[in-house]
Amino acid sequence: MASEKIILSGDEAVAEAALCCGVNLGVGYPGTPSTEVLEHLSKIGGKAQWAPNEKVALEVGAGVGFGGGRTIVTMKHVGLNVAADPLFTLAYTGTKGAIVVLVADDPGMASSQNEQDNRNYAKAAKLPMLEPSDSQEAYDFMIRAVEISEKFQIPVMLRMTTRVCHSKCIVDRWKPVEQPKVFDFELAVKERVMVPAFAKPAHVRLEDKMKQIAASAEANVLAQKETGSADLGIICSGISYQHVKEAFPEASVLKLGLTWPLLIEPVKEFVSGVKRCVVVEEGDKFLAEAIRAAGVEVEAKADAFLFGELSVSRVKKLVAGDTTPEPAAAPGRPPQLCPGCPHRKSFEGLRDLNCIVSGDIGCYTLGTLPPFNAMHTTVCMGASIGVALGLRRSLKEEDARRVVSVIGDSTFMHSGLTGVAEMVYNRPATGHLLVILDNSTTAMTGLQEHSATGRYLNMEPANQINIEAVCRAMGVDHVDVIDTTVEHERYMALVKERLASNDVSIIIAKRPCILQIKKLAKFQKGGAK
Amino acid sequence: MSKAVTNVLFAGIGGQGIILASDLLSEMAFRCGFDVKKSEIHGMSQRGGSVSGDVRFGEKVYSPMIPAGEADYLVVLSEDQVEVCKNMVNENTVILTPAVLGDFDPGKSLNVAMLGALNAGLKLDKEIWFGLLREHFKGELAEINIAAFERGEASVK
Repeated sequence: MASEKIILSGDEAVAEAALCCGVNLGVGYPGTPSTEVLEHLSKIGGKAQWAPNEKVALEVGAGVGFGGGRTIVTMKHVGLNVAADPLFTLAYTGTKGAIVVLVADDPGMASSQNEQDNRNYAKAAKLPMLEPSDSQEAYDFMIRAVEISEKFQIPVMLRMTTRVCHSKCIVDRWKPVEQPKVFDFELAVKERVMVPAFAKPAHVRLEDKMKQIAASAEANVLAQKETGSADLGIICSGISYQHVKEAFPEASVLKLGLTWPLLIEPVKEFVSGVKRCVVVEEGDKFLAEAIRAAGVEVEAKADAFLFGELSVSRVKKLVAGDTTPEPAAAPGRPPQLCPGCPHRKSFEGLRDLNCIVSGDIGCYTLGTLPPFNAMHTTVCMGASIGVALGLRRSLKEEDARRVVSVIGDSTFMHSGLTGVAEMVYNRPATGHLLVILDNSTTAMTGLQEHSATGRYLNMEPANQINIEAVCRAMGVDHVDVIDTTVEHERYMALVKERLASNDVSIIIAKRPCILQIKKLAKFQKGGAK
Repeated sequence: MSKAVTNVLFAGIGGQGIILASDLLSEMAFRCGFDVKKSEIHGMSQRGGSVSGDVRFGEKVYSPMIPAGEADYLVVLSEDQVEVCKNMVNENTVILTPAVLGDFDPGKSLNVAMLGALNAGLKLDKEIWFGLLREHFKGELAEINIAAFERGEASVK
């Protein structure tokens, strides 16, 4: 394919680059704003699949890399918390084929429960991290990440943010498409088996690799210096670069494409050439603190800019040290459960029975809003079960008996199974009730398939895990499947009965998402992906 | 520098076709030879909440987000979003609401009719617009949308 310009989102650009690099597999778990990477990869002919959760996705990706193949593993920022266990030790094992871990941070929390800054993971796990600032760099940096991963035999993190993932701009697709390759198995026990005797030298190798990367031409070419006025120098990365160029077109700018390991030599040289140097970054004061720790004096942002996204106007204020409150944007119309959404009746029932609802992550988190007001805790994927079991241990009995866990089908397959194990094993004296809101899709992120829908990412038929059978097999006392919209009276009676007992029970509220029904009808009609 | 860039802000409610309208304008600006960037927020906004899309085009565009108060055009598909976007406009901003269409009800083609109304000001090449609409909409939908575009454009003149 000749060089060709096209408008792409950052997510789409990464997928295009992954295809060009001949990745054997793209694997991940849906999460805004990362979801479109694998969807686009599948659409353009690459192999992409949804794993039950991010930890499994990264482990599958690890195997691809150990075998010599190339992989991209995608997740939203909080997904990396789930995948952190394999991540930290993969830094030790290294890899043969490229492993690129794409994490999509969400500063400003457009659709997330926190605004954690995943640059901290690169430092903590000791892995290189690239940060594109637009779709073109998303494409280019994906290709560079593959090169660095294979040259230094180490997983590479590609950190995007909401505005890089979802903004569109013109991309030059300059790289011809490579076909995936397969390899002979190579024994490398000392590298891949992380028992202490092998892990100790592996840790030493890792620290050495990171020094080599920091000194390499591949890394240093990513530090892009633009010489302007000597009065003001700005160090930045990612989307902040775009805001800086617009807010201060006259300033000297150092854009760090590689934000970990920190390349201190280009930073030193840049700082020595300007009278004043400010670090402009979203999220934590990650770069500023790392640069200062290396003994170079730069100005860090004020605490007021730890929160939310940056923008052209906020960057102007940040550089001016202006921390006056910003005018609050007018509140828009809040999101709500769709008319006809099956969760509506499920929540109305829990509200009318005055339940204490321990909730989870998905569309149904909207059950917390009026007119339902029927979700009272939400922490992370799968937490609905554990949190409720803990509540039942610390509340007086009459309140403990009102506690219900609510989780969606995709979230259940992601991290609800271990919660059920806890419920069956360490059963509270008052028992417990879990309601699985099974709408047969991952709805909130835009209708993705999962291990219990019976379809692959590309909509072809797949094995389907039977959630009811799994719950029974785990030893739950009562498992009922019910459509809470058409059998509402029975649902109400059942919830009352289960809460009054000391048994551990599951009610599977099963009715497909109305948007999923439309999607399937369109798919069956057109057969299109 | 920044006035070499045209800023168009689209706003509406999830399901009204805001994202498609902003995608079409982006592609249009690209085909007309401009640098272009488009930004939007997905996620919870898909569930009937407010949705907005920023399109910026010109010789060179950096930030994908329109700075507060710098929208040259505000195109809303739902009247109540004018208030939501008030911090994005200035006294020179051209505000286009479905009211500009008068008694013309474009139904599902509201987003395309409003692109027509917008083009009364932008004056981008109509043949390129029509080519783009024909690529995007199939069969008779293409002609319905081209008609909606023309009615929208004519209603502003």
